[in-house]
Amino acid sequence: MNDNREAGNNKHGVLWLLLIPFLVLWVPFYNRIEPTLFGFPFFYWFQLGWIFVSMIVTGYVYYATEPRDKTR
Amino acid sequence: MPLNTTALTVFVIFFAFVTFIGFASARWKRGDLDQLHEWGLAGGRFGTVITWFLLGGDLYTAYTFVAVPALAFGAGAIAFFAVPYTIIIYPFLFAVFPRLWSVARARGYITAADFVRGRYGDRWLALAVALTGILATMPYIALQLVGLEIVIAAMGVQLAGVLVYLPLIIAFAILAAFDYFAGLRAPAAIAVVKDLMIYVTVFAAIIVIPAEVGGWDKIFASVPQQQLLLADNFGAYTAYGSLFLGSAMALFLYPHSVTGILSSSSRHVIRRNAALLPAYSFLLGLIALLGFMAIAVGVKGMSAYASGFEQFGNNFAVPALILQVFPSWFVGFAFAAIGIGALVPAAIMSIAAANLFTRNIYREFIRPDCDPRTESSMAKRMSLVAKLGALLFIMLLRKEYAINMQLLGGIWIIQTFPAMILGLYTRWLDPKALLVGWAAGMICGTWMAVMTNFAPIYRLDLFGTVVPAYIAIYSVLLNFAVSLVLSLVFNAQAKTRADETIPTDYATETGPGMGH
Repeated sequence: MNDNREAGNNKHGVLWLLLIPFLVLWVPFYNRIEPTLFGFPFFYWFQLGWIFVSMIVTGYVYYATEPRDKTR
Repeated sequence: MPLNTTALTVFVIFFAFVTFIGFASARWKRGDLDQLHEWGLAGGRFGTVITWFLLGGDLYTAYTFVAVPALAFGAGAIAFFAVPYTIIIYPFLFAVFPRLWSVARARGYITAADFVRGRYGDRWLALAVALTGILATMPYIALQLVGLEIVIAAMGVQLAGVLVYLPLIIAFAILAAFDYFAGLRAPAAIAVVKDLMIYVTVFAAIIVIPAEVGGWDKIFASVPQQQLLLADNFGAYTAYGSLFLGSAMALFLYPHSVTGILSSSSRHVIRRNAALLPAYSFLLGLIALLGFMAIAVGVKGMSAYASGFEQFGNNFAVPALILQVFPSWFVGFAFAAIGIGALVPAAIMSIAAANLFTRNIYREFIRPDCDPRTESSMAKRMSLVAKLGALLFIMLLRKEYAINMQLLGGIWIIQTFPAMILGLYTRWLDPKALLVGWAAGMICGTWMAVMTNFAPIYRLDLFGTVVPAYIAIYSVLLNFAVSLVLSLVFNAQAKTRADETIPTDYATETGPGMGH
């Protein structure tokens, strides 16, 4: 990283992605039966699926903000 | 219920196995257990994998595994709040708690109250945080016993008179012993076994049961129509949303969560785990669905389980389901998973409560000159007292008190949010203002809980519109408001602000170490 200031700004920007999982607060969006998936009403599979969205977002932010030379 | 010998034998074998692991763990990642940070935080040596098992075993307790599907069984969709709750805790953990880890490592803090003491230089605010933590934790330990009690009864162990509590006493004596000798290392080692057992049990259930009852659509079709979704109105949405938001805000303020976080070996471990721990959220979602499976299988109408339902209510749904669909040896395995699942969080909670008492009450107010050895031995004895207290709680008082107290615990612990979480970012808030805000939140929250007869949702009349929401959210909003307004007033008069921390403390990778 040659430009520390820029790296710092990037870090900061990426952290905002962590708000994406909080969209689950919009309850009326998923309080419905259709469309079903493998017999699961939307209410259930959407929330279970959102776990993976949260994992992917957090994982991405982790790799985007972690210093590259760390092997720990 | 007749005595299920096969299940009981398997159960006892697994219990014996984890007891052995508990004692053997004293020698693991060896440290001087006469130092509080070694006994109570395992020297902060846990890497990514151990922390994953430890926090997983710590946050998703035996009571969760019984109560969440019980709620689904009895009330339907609302029980699924456990899923969004455990979704939003992890981005929060990722963004906020590495700062707590760093400042704790930089300054040698081992409890949340230690941090508050150092940040604000106010021992009374620290005392409030410590007392809130202990108060919120005690009924939580007691509830773990309830989980254990149910599975023991489900195996047909029926003792009369004074012997009724014998199995619980034996289980807790074992727990107390390995905790005393090995400290946090014991539950960490056992958590690995316990979590693997829970994963096996749940995956067996979701493979076997849907096939048995004819698919997932049959399972969902068996749920009463009006319970399959939340009611389609604003109040149902605010209740659901605030319930998981408030629960999420409270979770990492609990002493046992803080202990789990501070025992990790680096801030990277915490960040990595924020991405990896949601695997447990998925597991919890599936566990919630066990409640629906219990409806589909129809355990409630079966005479074999009538006495269990009579004694434990809907909390008996999952044990009944397991008894109904699995062979005896697997019943023993699954019940051992739940039983051991009670020991891990109970162990961590009692260690966390002991750390708080020792550091923030005993050393702060009673024996400021105590040496590290005395401090460590005090904490070991306090962890015994905490467990004994929980045991007496269950033996002498009605179970509903433990459940009500645990609800109050969540409302109380969230009142430490302004001091702790905002404190990680700014020293602008005044400690006296925070203390008054804390008291306002505690009183308001407790009052609302009493008003609703210990239901979590309070229907607040806001300018003619009734908004039902989780009491913890309402009371912590009051707490925020009071803290902010009084800080404006007090800051206008204040000349200096006590603060032993410096900005770089919050980002440090290593720091001078622990427990100095």
